[in-house]
Amino acid sequence: MSGQASDDNAILRVEQVSKQFVSRSGIGARNAPVIRAVDNVSLHINAGETLAVVGESGSGKSTLGRSIVRAIDPSQGAVQLKLDTGEWVDLARLSERQLRQLRRHFHMIFQDPYSSLDPRMTVFDIIAEPLIYNERVSRAEARRRVIEVLELVGLGERHLNHYPHAFSGGQRQRIGIARSLICKPRLIVCDEAVSALDVSVQAQILNLLKDLQQRFGLAFMFIAHDIAVVEFIAHRIAVMYVGRMVELGETRAIIDRPLHPYTEALLSSVPMTDPTRERSGKRLSGEIASPINPPSGCHFHPRCPYATERCKAEIPQWRELEPGRFVACHFAAELRLAGMIQSHTPHHELHK
Amino acid sequence: MTPSASLKSTEPRLKVEGLKTYFFLDHGILKAVDGVDFHVGEAESVGIIGESGCGKSITAQSMLQLVRGRGQIVAGHAVLRRKQGEMVDILSLDPDSAEMRSVRGDDASIIFQEPMTSFSPVHTIGFQIGEMLRLHTKLSEAQIRERVIAMLGRVGISNPEVRIDEYPHQLSGGMRQRAMIAMALICHPQIVIADEPTTALDVTIQAQILDLMRDLQDELGMSIVYITHNMAVVAENVSRVYVMYLGRVVETTTTERLFKDPKHPYTQKLLRSIPHPGRPVERLEVIEGSVPSAVDPPRRCGFFTRCPSAMAGVCDAAIPALTKVDDEHWARCFLLSDEKEAEDEWSSL
Amino acid sequence: MSDTTTSAPAPRPKKVQDRIDRLRAQYSTGGDRRRQRAEQLYSASQWQLMRAKFGKHKLAMVSLYLLILFYVVAILADFIAPYDPQERSRQHIFAPPSAIHFFAPDGGFVGPYVFDSRTRVNPKTFKYDLIVADNADMNPVVLFPKTDPYLLMGVIPMSVKLFGTTSRQPVFLLGADNLGRDLFSRIVHASRVSLFVGFGGVLISFVLGVALGGISGYVGGKVDVIIQRTIELVMSVPQIPLWMALAAAIPAEWTGIQTYFAITLVLSLVGWTGLARVVRGRILSMREEDYVMAARISSASSWSIITRHLIPGFTSYLIVHITIAIPFMILGETTLSFLGIGIRAPDVSWGSLLQQAQDVVVLSNYVWLLWPAAFVVAAVVLFNFIGDGLRDAADPYAK
Repeated sequence: MSGQASDDNAILRVEQVSKQFVSRSGIGARNAPVIRAVDNVSLHINAGETLAVVGESGSGKSTLGRSIVRAIDPSQGAVQLKLDTGEWVDLARLSERQLRQLRRHFHMIFQDPYSSLDPRMTVFDIIAEPLIYNERVSRAEARRRVIEVLELVGLGERHLNHYPHAFSGGQRQRIGIARSLICKPRLIVCDEAVSALDVSVQAQILNLLKDLQQRFGLAFMFIAHDIAVVEFIAHRIAVMYVGRMVELGETRAIIDRPLHPYTEALLSSVPMTDPTRERSGKRLSGEIASPINPPSGCHFHPRCPYATERCKAEIPQWRELEPGRFVACHFAAELRLAGMIQSHTPHHELHK
Repeated sequence: MTPSASLKSTEPRLKVEGLKTYFFLDHGILKAVDGVDFHVGEAESVGIIGESGCGKSITAQSMLQLVRGRGQIVAGHAVLRRKQGEMVDILSLDPDSAEMRSVRGDDASIIFQEPMTSFSPVHTIGFQIGEMLRLHTKLSEAQIRERVIAMLGRVGISNPEVRIDEYPHQLSGGMRQRAMIAMALICHPQIVIADEPTTALDVTIQAQILDLMRDLQDELGMSIVYITHNMAVVAENVSRVYVMYLGRVVETTTTERLFKDPKHPYTQKLLRSIPHPGRPVERLEVIEGSVPSAVDPPRRCGFFTRCPSAMAGVCDAAIPALTKVDDEHWARCFLLSDEKEAEDEWSSL
Repeated sequence: MSDTTTSAPAPRPKKVQDRIDRLRAQYSTGGDRRRQRAEQLYSASQWQLMRAKFGKHKLAMVSLYLLILFYVVAILADFIAPYDPQERSRQHIFAPPSAIHFFAPDGGFVGPYVFDSRTRVNPKTFKYDLIVADNADMNPVVLFPKTDPYLLMGVIPMSVKLFGTTSRQPVFLLGADNLGRDLFSRIVHASRVSLFVGFGGVLISFVLGVALGGISGYVGGKVDVIIQRTIELVMSVPQIPLWMALAAAIPAEWTGIQTYFAITLVLSLVGWTGLARVVRGRILSMREEDYVMAARISSASSWSIITRHLIPGFTSYLIVHITIAIPFMILGETTLSFLGIGIRAPDVSWGSLLQQAQDVVVLSNYVWLLWPAAFVVAAVVLFNFIGDGLRDAADPYAK
């Protein structure tokens, strides 16, 4: 489905992945509602590329990320990972034991720098954890490797025996990044990796991620809700709404010329850092639908200013409208949607 | 945006001077707010922005004397012009007195970041919003209900006649925040403090709530103090901005000026380190390091440790005073003025 | 700031100003010491943080020291108690606590002593009255009097006690019972059973609670349901009848030691349920922590996650829970023994000592027989204070 011209370079192919949760309400509840957190999503990530997955809370973007690293098990679909040998394995079909042989190829960076580090372990123990389980290394070797990644993320040997409570949020996030890097993975899922950080620290971490990517050819799946951050770091953007993918394409193309009305609305809600520029007046009314009982047809139709009867009845096809440009909207070809307003006076030049 | 608001010569609605709120911890004094001055005019909105730990939220809580536990407002004045026009220094009131409670309900109110924890889960939202009227007015139950329904409708909650009897958990995040705003506005306060009002919300909802607050302000004419870590969020809503760092205001001017011509190195670096939508760059500029601890801070410029233009022997020898650097523009930096902040009996602690 | 017209500075309310002045005075010294301590805590482990926080809880610290004293007394009972718990004195049936005098009748200071005394039934009231002759001998109370040789803690041969008299007149710190036995000595000996029943009982319920609670929380599903229903079943049975039924099953011919262990077992078989719930709750909440997910993504097996993350994560909570569970065990033993189905004579526990206080008539005449209850209350209260301090310290990361 995600078949695309530049697919040869892919290291991860997500094929029609779905994840349903049963909302349990007591023992033996027969008609427990099924939550379709991720609904038939397909995408691929190239080596050394950042694919951002954006959407509001409840869009299923975190569930998708977790399904890919098999922190949770996807209900249907395939998560194909390309090995060094060039062969593809479907992570979704592996047992936990088989999976452990492959886990060193991918890791994850979490949103909350506080709950993602065990407060009872030292920095060394935290970062060395993937190494201990994935590779048989001596303690001296582990120490050398930990110091190596610590320095990569801007910390040092002196921090080895400290406990997380000694660090600020930004430093903790660096520790989390070091942990994800220690086994030299090919893919890192960043789940809102900078959204809990202070603005001045966000920039440090974003630069760090970009540097690491260039240095090691890492692929990132960057789950986020902040379009400004995504615009900075992502090569391509995938937009999700209530469990479904609604649009996917190159960052610039998506931001300048969205094809899906939801993307347009998302872009128009981005707060502008320059008060002289007005946001495009379009405001999305209502709130994201509940995945327990989503609207019929296109999930977005109750909030969509362009919705017709067809949108209520018929689920839009996920189709490649232009090369590399996927969208799920009946009228994507006809609609002329507004992108984000470009600034004519770059800030940086103003100051310098 | 109403830039003219800042030029109004009328007396400010609220004027805070020399506010110091300290937390007396086991390992030292956390100087969360260490000499903050600001004022809000009639029907004006101002923003107080800063990173976590800069003291912005404690400033907000201090204005309504909500600081508890180990915290204590140790110095300063907060002169509020009440509805009837009399001036009162909020900080001269006993925090638990009837007068302070009447200030909190009648004249000033606060909107919190997390509406879920600000509402009690065991009462309907209608009851909780009406509680303010029950305490501060002599309206009958029927009148209260009517006012609450009208206010819920005003903040954009559909079906207010039904929603009034729902419990907080039955509402979505955005709806809860609207209910929170309704609760803050039900007594028609003259000043509203909005502490990160949209941080917990999705971007599309964020935009709706900010629009709503702007409309409400046009209609009701109250003053609003926005407390936020993300200036982009409130840039469209405020006329003037106070930038806080490590317990002090380091720069203040109109919103427009702040974005166009920031004077303080911290503000300059901060604005450049944010990815600006629609202006893609290869690398972001960064402010090295992190915010230092506010526990027993040394007497030097708070930004000294991270400032690219720091001057040894100058910036670490004294604290610069907030001085006028331009029309309607004040900053606290030795690059701009030699003036030093005066010491008081707390400086040496 | 913009205009300098300051309104006349209004004074702060007096109580607020007083607080500010007090804080300023308090913090104007010792800044370096505070800073130093803060820096040490920076690289401190969870246990060090806990200890630091617990140390600040004054009531808990005092309680801890007092409780340690209790246990030292219990361990050194043979040495501290002046008499054997079974030693009777016909002349001193229901003797009240001895009056200890320091000054001779003529007024000169001679150090502590007791008069010769005895008790006799008052033919009118049928109550034992204390009789002290006008010219009674003075018996000095001394430290380390020589006694018959005995083995301290069953190994160290000793022939001195902590205190006592050198003559035949005994000193009754807390009075004597119906057979003229020294109540203080009996309480001290009884504290061995009463204080240590808690440990034994908690140890067994600890193993049961952690194992079953852990399985319940980690495995989940049907196993969880079964264990939870079992816990509810055990919890819903009224405690005292259950204890009584179990204790009544102990054969009468068992020795004191055997009975003691049987009682411990009875108490813990009922007491593990609370702990199992605590463990299950902690595991359920910790399983959702991001660092547990991070470990799984790092290829950690279930076993590694349990041993490296989950167990260290709830150890502190377990300690708190145990501290609060011990007094329940003490109370349980006291209840059983008081009802006569626990520790049996000749062994003594606080509860069995209280059996004598069951009769209101006896009690009204000889109030000191209630002393064991004071020790029970003291031990329980001390444990609860410590538990309180530990609970505050248990999660040093909680703000």
